[in-house]
Amino acid sequence: MIAMIDWQAFTPVSAFSGGMIIGLATALLLFVAGRIAGISGIVGGLLRLQRRDFAWRAAFVSGLLLAPWLWRELGTLPPVHIESNYAILALAGFAVGIGTRYGSGCTSGHGVCGLSRLSPRSIVATVLFMLMGMAIVYVVRHGWE
Amino acid sequence: MLVIIAALFSGLIFGLGLILSGMINPAKVLAFLDVAGSWDPSLALVMLGAISIGFFAFRWVRQRGQTLLSMPLHLPTSHVIDHRLILGSLLFGIGWGLSGLCPGPGLVLAASGQLAGIIFVIAMLAGMAVFDWLEKYRNTHLDHSQQKNIGK
Repeated sequence: MIAMIDWQAFTPVSAFSGGMIIGLATALLLFVAGRIAGISGIVGGLLRLQRRDFAWRAAFVSGLLLAPWLWRELGTLPPVHIESNYAILALAGFAVGIGTRYGSGCTSGHGVCGLSRLSPRSIVATVLFMLMGMAIVYVVRHGWE
Repeated sequence: MLVIIAALFSGLIFGLGLILSGMINPAKVLAFLDVAGSWDPSLALVMLGAISIGFFAFRWVRQRGQTLLSMPLHLPTSHVIDHRLILGSLLFGIGWGLSGLCPGPGLVLAASGQLAGIIFVIAMLAGMAVFDWLEKYRNTHLDHSQQKNIGK
């Protein structure tokens, strides 16, 4: 099972520079607030409605939600293609909600911040969710065989 | 106040990075996860780009031991690889593989007005709320001897 790279779809420049921008955002939050830019943790903390830490969490999520609006002010959003139906999306969202809170992080908290910190927990988490994601896509697209 | 402004800008920059990188397009994420199909390795470069900055940022701030405003850092301290980490990450992987969405891109997609993103985010918030409820239930229904064995 060797990957055939889809050179047509591969966008190395926007991917790497977008990643660097995400890294800069992470550095900003870290340097000023001393916090990990883990989206699931920040949103999860908001749901608990604790007064402490509420303001910076709300500010971060507000900034995140403003991003597509600002992008639209300057140009047009890149096209988005959704393959899953609404029932699958709801099921997936639910699994992501419980899973990220139970496992203490997602692609940003474990994947970006955790790997940057060389955290053993985050390395394990990232490998596991990547492998599981690949397994699910394999089953959905190519069947059990 | 400065912390709140920095958090707002950090979120905004983060979101712009997600849009530029292509992460808010579920098809692109699924094409990365589809290693047996026609593989799009872009997402690996998103991670590499972010970590190339994050690695030095975390090293520098750790040496400094405090924020630029001389406030304490809030970095995770746990090193335990327990069943919570493993099962939680696997469950997240299932949701990610089914939809091509993780929390950040889901929120940005929802904010852009895509119904798919809105459905995903509502379900995600429900999942998080259920997690909080389960945690609360667990904490109130375990006796102290059991509680000692949990966590650290």
